Amino acid sequence: MYQGILEQYANVAGEDVIDHLRQVAESLKGMKVVHINSTRDGGGVAEILNRLVPLMQELNIDASWQVILGNADFFQCTKGFHNALQGRDVGITDSQIRVYEETNATNAEILKAQLEEADVVFVHDPQPVAMIKHFPKRKGKWIWRCHIDLSKPYRPIWKYIRDFVTGYDASIFSLSEFAQALPHPVYLIPPSIDPLSEKNIELDYEEINSVYERFNLDPERPVLLQVSRFDRFKDPLGVIHAYKLAKAFMPFQLVMAGGSATDDPEGDSVLEEVRKASSDDPDIHILLLPSDAHRTINALQRASDLILQKSIKEGFGLTVTEAMWKAKPVIGGDVGGIKLQIFDHNTGFLVHTPEGAALRIRYLFHHRDKMQEMGMKAKQFVKENFLLTRHLREYLTLIVALINNVDERIELS
Amino acid sequence: MTTNNRTPIEPFVVRDCTLVPISTGKRAQNLRELRDHLVTIHPGSIYYHFWGGLLRPRFGDPEYNNDFASWMRHGLHDSVLAERVGIIDPTDFKDIEELRRELIDVIEERLDETEFVPWAKTDQQFHFIRSQIVVFDTHKRIKYPGDLATAIPNMTVGSIFYHFIDAMRRSPEAVNDFSSWLKGFQGGYKKLIDRLATIDPYFISLTELREQLSLLFKEYFEGE
Repeated sequence: MYQGILEQYANVAGEDVIDHLRQVAESLKGMKVVHINSTRDGGGVAEILNRLVPLMQELNIDASWQVILGNADFFQCTKGFHNALQGRDVGITDSQIRVYEETNATNAEILKAQLEEADVVFVHDPQPVAMIKHFPKRKGKWIWRCHIDLSKPYRPIWKYIRDFVTGYDASIFSLSEFAQALPHPVYLIPPSIDPLSEKNIELDYEEINSVYERFNLDPERPVLLQVSRFDRFKDPLGVIHAYKLAKAFMPFQLVMAGGSATDDPEGDSVLEEVRKASSDDPDIHILLLPSDAHRTINALQRASDLILQKSIKEGFGLTVTEAMWKAKPVIGGDVGGIKLQIFDHNTGFLVHTPEGAALRIRYLFHHRDKMQEMGMKAKQFVKENFLLTRHLREYLTLIVALINNVDERIELS
Repeated sequence: MTTNNRTPIEPFVVRDCTLVPISTGKRAQNLRELRDHLVTIHPGSIYYHFWGGLLRPRFGDPEYNNDFASWMRHGLHDSVLAERVGIIDPTDFKDIEELRRELIDVIEERLDETEFVPWAKTDQQFHFIRSQIVVFDTHKRIKYPGDLATAIPNMTVGSIFYHFIDAMRRSPEAVNDFSSWLKGFQGGYKKLIDRLATIDPYFISLTELREQLSLLFKEYFEGE
């Protein structure tokens, strides 16, 4: 039997959650809402918009999603912005700035009719942020959604971007630690996972078990998994160190699964170091997976006993959320958004060192009942806090608040 | 006719709520900065840092019930101050301004007695947050007070927050919605209202508060 999108989400998140969405959306019926970002495929923002926009439409909001166009020079410049806003000292040349502004102007012209008419425009990340300058007579509310960690930006670049951001009616950051002071309301809305996406959907037993044969894993011994790019901030060498310390006490396997990180110049050298550190142990499995291997990652997470995310710097850490949604306890670094998700002895453990991680790995492998209990709590926790439906509800309430100029209280009926 | 069947003027409307956090852009890295911000910070921020924790995800009992005390302990490593601030019960104060004054007094006293201003590491600053409350209608209506005994155990923690805690801010007498509604029965439930007034919602979780309310209503109506 065909089920609408809302019904499918109700099955996972609960009827009351969908009822809340309907209530908030009631006063937004027919409203024109446009999301703008810079890519339709790949990356967390596109993943979220892929589902969020149809959900908004299902709630009778006239929602659409536009992707700006740009050449290689433009994306080179915005990649520089991205790194600078996350704190790297990056030099951007005048000609790059010119390309950036011209690209924004061209896209503003292409989208002119639609954006002038829009009631609400969500602009995601820095790539399209400058478009606002081309809409001095805009009638709608413009909201800047910042998905990156702006806690310690490289100041010259932030000053440049901030000039555009201040023209917006509101902005959204994932965590208070990532936010900057701005002359408009700054909402704190964490990201979310989509329980119906390939990465998170329920899989059958056979598909989950197929990963043992495919990746040469022994189904008889426990599996510890870290899913992340081979990036120093994810501390892959610390993961191997922790594994070796814990393995001295019991037999288990380590899987480190990540993308090939072609856009990261350091990726290859980190991967080389990881391979060197693991070459003497056949129980360490380094898996380089394509960026669209969502179902494989899903199966690996479900087949694993315990998940590690031993980052030393992290954004929100959605890989933690994904693992918890699969009822797995997570041992994670005490940084960024991981701190909001892992509660010691409840959904996993926060650690600061490879030694700390090894201690918790040992503890959990020796207390299988505890592991199961923590996994169930973790799943419930994600259900209540980090699903797409909560994310959408907060976007919609933000729209209601902005449109009605509400300061503290939004009463729905 | 039993008390259970007294017809109310209006049914009790069960609502649910959630808080949407908003950054104020203000941060403190040491105790003096915290004190200075507290003088001018939006009252909603003091409310959020005292009460918002109840609606945030948590497991078990928190070490401290307000965010200020927690930061004093874990950011500033000042256990003495954390204990003094941790014991402050916001229900003891007439309004947020009185609570603000008390908090500032305790901090100033601590600043006077310490030789150095305690500092937090850069990544452990206190972030002042406030919130918007979004109120939903659950479409559930309760006609008779006796029905609360079966309805309360099934309410969400958001409903409990709205009807017991947020209500104190909304009502001129700073009372919960259950008591306000029961007062409409012209003295019929005075004992029940008096017993509700003895519940201090601050140092317990919303789940525990729901259990206390459920028990109180059950005992009252079963004992009739």
